[in-house]
Amino acid sequence: MSARRTVDVSGLPTFAFGHHQLTWWATWSMIFMEGTMFVVFFVSYFFLRTPVPDWPPAVPPPELLWGTVNLVIILASFVPAHLTKKAAEELDLRGARLWLGVSILFALAACVVRAFEFTALNCKWDQNAYGSIVWVNLGFHTTHLVTDLIDSVVLFALLFKGPLDGKHFVDVSENSIYWYFVVVFWVLMYAVIYVAPRLM
Amino acid sequence: MPRRKKREGKGKEDARAAEAGPRVDAEALREAARRAVAARADRALAEDLVDEHEREALEKTWGDPPGLWGWLTTVNHKRVGKRFIATAFAFFVAGGILAVLMRVQLARPENNFLGPDLYNQIFTMHGTVMMFLFAVPVMEAMAVYLVPLMVGTRSVAFPRLNSFGYWMFLFGGVMIFVAFFLNVGPDVGWFAYPPLAGPEYSPGKRADFWAQLITFTEVSALVVATELITTIFKLRAPGMSLNRIPVYVWSILVMSFMVFFAMPTVALGSACLIMDRLIGTHFFNPAEGGDPILWQHLFWFFGHPEVYIIFIPATGFVSAIIPTFVRRPVFGYAALVLSLVSTGFIGFGLWVHHMFAAGLPRMGASFFTAATMMIVIPSGVQIFCWIATIWGGRPVFKTPFLFVLGFFFTFVLGGMTGVMQASVPLDLQVHDTYFVVAHFHYVLIGGSVFPLFGAFYYWLPKITGRMLSEALGKLNFWLMFVGFNLTFFPMHLLGLVGMPRRVYTYQPGLGWAGMNLAATAGGVLLTLGVVVFIFNFFRSLRRGAEAGDNPWGASTLEWATTSPPPSYNFLHIPTVADRDTLWKQGPDQPVVVGLRLDVRQVLVTKMLDAEPEHKEEFPTPTPWPLFAALATTAMFIASVFTPWAVPVGMIPVAAALVGWFWPRKHQAEERAPDEVKERLGEKTVRQRLEALEEVGA
Amino acid sequence: MFYVLTAVYLLVMVVLAAAVLRRRKGRGSVADEPEMEPEAGRERRMSRAVVAGAAATVVILFALLLSSYLTGRGLYAVARGEGALTVKVIGHQWWWEVRYDNQNPSLIVTTANEIHIPVGRSVLFRLTSNDVIHSFWVPNLGGKTDLIPGHETINWIRADRPGTYRGQCAEFCGHQHAHMALTVVAESPEQFKTWYDAQLRPAPEPSTPQQARGRDVFLSSPCIMCHKIQGTEAGGQVGPNLTHVASRSHIAAGTLENTRGHLAGWVLDSQKIKPGNRMPPNNLASQDLQALLDYLQSLK
Repeated sequence: MSARRTVDVSGLPTFAFGHHQLTWWATWSMIFMEGTMFVVFFVSYFFLRTPVPDWPPAVPPPELLWGTVNLVIILASFVPAHLTKKAAEELDLRGARLWLGVSILFALAACVVRAFEFTALNCKWDQNAYGSIVWVNLGFHTTHLVTDLIDSVVLFALLFKGPLDGKHFVDVSENSIYWYFVVVFWVLMYAVIYVAPRLM
Repeated sequence: MPRRKKREGKGKEDARAAEAGPRVDAEALREAARRAVAARADRALAEDLVDEHEREALEKTWGDPPGLWGWLTTVNHKRVGKRFIATAFAFFVAGGILAVLMRVQLARPENNFLGPDLYNQIFTMHGTVMMFLFAVPVMEAMAVYLVPLMVGTRSVAFPRLNSFGYWMFLFGGVMIFVAFFLNVGPDVGWFAYPPLAGPEYSPGKRADFWAQLITFTEVSALVVATELITTIFKLRAPGMSLNRIPVYVWSILVMSFMVFFAMPTVALGSACLIMDRLIGTHFFNPAEGGDPILWQHLFWFFGHPEVYIIFIPATGFVSAIIPTFVRRPVFGYAALVLSLVSTGFIGFGLWVHHMFAAGLPRMGASFFTAATMMIVIPSGVQIFCWIATIWGGRPVFKTPFLFVLGFFFTFVLGGMTGVMQASVPLDLQVHDTYFVVAHFHYVLIGGSVFPLFGAFYYWLPKITGRMLSEALGKLNFWLMFVGFNLTFFPMHLLGLVGMPRRVYTYQPGLGWAGMNLAATAGGVLLTLGVVVFIFNFFRSLRRGAEAGDNPWGASTLEWATTSPPPSYNFLHIPTVADRDTLWKQGPDQPVVVGLRLDVRQVLVTKMLDAEPEHKEEFPTPTPWPLFAALATTAMFIASVFTPWAVPVGMIPVAAALVGWFWPRKHQAEERAPDEVKERLGEKTVRQRLEALEEVGA
Repeated sequence: MFYVLTAVYLLVMVVLAAAVLRRRKGRGSVADEPEMEPEAGRERRMSRAVVAGAAATVVILFALLLSSYLTGRGLYAVARGEGALTVKVIGHQWWWEVRYDNQNPSLIVTTANEIHIPVGRSVLFRLTSNDVIHSFWVPNLGGKTDLIPGHETINWIRADRPGTYRGQCAEFCGHQHAHMALTVVAESPEQFKTWYDAQLRPAPEPSTPQQARGRDVFLSSPCIMCHKIQGTEAGGQVGPNLTHVASRSHIAAGTLENTRGHLAGWVLDSQKIKPGNRMPPNNLASQDLQALLDYLQSLK
């Protein structure tokens, strides 16, 4: 037997949820960085808007229909995302499969509607600076939709294929947190792209 | 790691001896003592055997495969950190050579050594390489190597991300130099102001390579910042509560947070620039409603914090070196940490002072003057605390300490000229002149490169296991110090007499020639200093004295393990009882046991007080980060030529990432966290974990 | 400001030197036992010193801030004034277009690289750029102001002493940023009036056959694509206005003194002198060249 004074950690858990574990920090790091990017895009939008008397310059504002449909879809997707997170944190395999599957359907729907949104912007990216900033804003959010969709599909497939361990549920739970971020920034993005040109 | 023993062990033996009663004679007492010593020796022997076994097991678990494959797939923070440092230093040398070429061109008026085309490429490359490929990466690289050792853990958090960050940095740097040698090096300044950098005035691919280099280095910086923050918050040794973190580690924490907020801005700006150039957007095109000033805001919102991203870790070096060489704890720990944090905040309020000449509203300019002056306060507090530390200690004049003194001399001067420029009327005079060139070289070389060289002399013995020569070190210091001042002091005067920056030549008869020649001569000395350092380094590898665990008698945890440290860093994760833990702790400071030897298990502790929380299994060597970096590199470089590279190039990137995160069969036993057990009950938890094991089994 | 900062710098260095040297006796070594419990009284005194230092820093900075603000306002108030002369400066790669605005179009003067201003009168510069960002800077007359395409920035200048002031572009603007200088000539209001009136006149008619031939050379060559000479058919807007080129002290934006030899070298192969500039080389027969130089030198 060793006589040195020791702190024995052999009984500690091998995974944890929320801010206790490392992936949470990675997720929030991503959210911080990309949130900064979103904010900078918004600021750029208004920076370009300020000196111009008519906004949008020379074109009608984007049509409301598809953007609003997507607002509803994405807001609604908050529910399955939350249920996925809850199931994962209860180590509930069936619940996680079910709700992650539903979340994927919502994300797919959002991506399809997004394609229609691009056709209803009433401007082109190479038309003027307004067109550029609107397209790039929407494009930036779309990359988030698509990345998170791919991420969810991979996690979903693994829920069936394995090998699985507790850590996998941690990843599923983190995936939901990232989706919350996508939802929140869509609300803000909607306000910038669709509402701002009508109010100003 | 020195072995620690329970004091009670000896106490018990004594007690047993005492039990023999008052009749005991001297002989019996001696006999008891002998037995006690033998028992202890046996225990020591047993402990040694156990340690030896554990060392072997850990080496097997944490070691890399041999040969090239191991080199390519390693995720060990020390191997990655070493090549990170070496690569950044190589870029420093390359950037230095470019600087020497510029000084030769400027040595006399209307010189024809370099034409305007080459000169403009060279000064752009010099700035870009020094800022993006040397200064920020080398600070992160030092942290990647040192932070896990200083906080007492086995690895950096997210080790695969770490090696991905290194490969991205390397590939980006190689790309820009290849472009430069193919005569498509950027030539629009390290700040690449549109419209000059836009499609109309910079046709060709030069500016595109610049913009993509920014993307490469930002990706690298951001992932490294993520892992450093997580390492510092979650992987500290038990007992290292927030108020016991070494000041250097605090500085890295602040730097990483600054990276988070500063880097995305310029990454986004450079993306907009490249879109303007490639797919016809109009962000910066005034003819179509865009605005070149937008770029300036985006660039300097990053560009000024960037200076502090470089400077703050350097102050961390100073805070680490001074206490060791004056033999006392640092004075004003709380004040130093608060200064770092407030520098981090104020650093974001200064960017507009780069744009005073762009005709801003006067009120705004006053605000930024005030903010610029305000940042002097935390820097001042730090300097006062360091001076107080020296005042209260007994200086030992080794090379690292000399570099710190050189830092004081030059950095404070640079700070003074900085205060001058905060004043708008003065700034409008000296802005974009050689005065500014002098100022920021005083701040960057004086403020960061001197401490960095001090840090090299201080920590290289830990990294290589060999001491550097003191005599050569002093020669190195004096060459650099004299050369530096000779190069850059005259530039203050050149700026005041009106020599603008970024000119490839100047006319005779303006009175600028003498001082330019002096600056060039100084540049030669400075270069010699760096050559001496390189020589000293290679000499130490062959002939340097053995360093031992703690050659400087320093107080932080990295000195508690061997030099160089083993792949698993510490045989036993240490615990911490004080800021200057190695100075304060007794021989019975506990160590952590119970981490598995056969898988890469790392102890995760609580963010505030570093209580053990859970254990996480870390990844083994893997080629996926390299593949992901190669796929991303292919996408970035191809996107210089066609925008289709982005959607198409995404596919291999996504594939590489899926391969990266594809789970391997886990090896360790599973234990659910307590709160889950409490919520669901032990039995349910066990059932649910078993259900998991059936999937894919 | 300079003296204050120098004093602060010296003070900090002296204290540092004292701190380093005060216990020099019996040189320390890294093997020394670290001092874990420093003497409490000394620590307290050191705390007080650090706090005092920080407080002094704040006070000095505040004073500097105030003085900076007052100086800025003062400079602004001095340069700014009623009845100002307005000069529009448009940046080009790599020369300065100068236009003296006037409500009456016939009183507008257009020139390049050389700005005449009357002593003692405020001059309002309205600055913009035709291509990339430049920066207008005449060190001895005032601070810099950027010339930004799509924006108009302003800068006030007032010269109190007559003289010739050199200025230079201060924002990197590409290849020939190094050769983009300008000259400001401050002169008495009378001299300025004379100069201005002379500039208003169209180019003088050739007075010798040689000059007339030179004008024909000019008008029959690609020169007219870019340069304007008022009173002739040459109306190009791309390069500097040459109506009174001979009255200017330098050519090529301050690169060369305006002598016959320099002018000849510039016309034949400007790329050798200022590589990358927008003017193409001209292959002229020797006699044509001499005639052209005669003509250009007559454009006073």
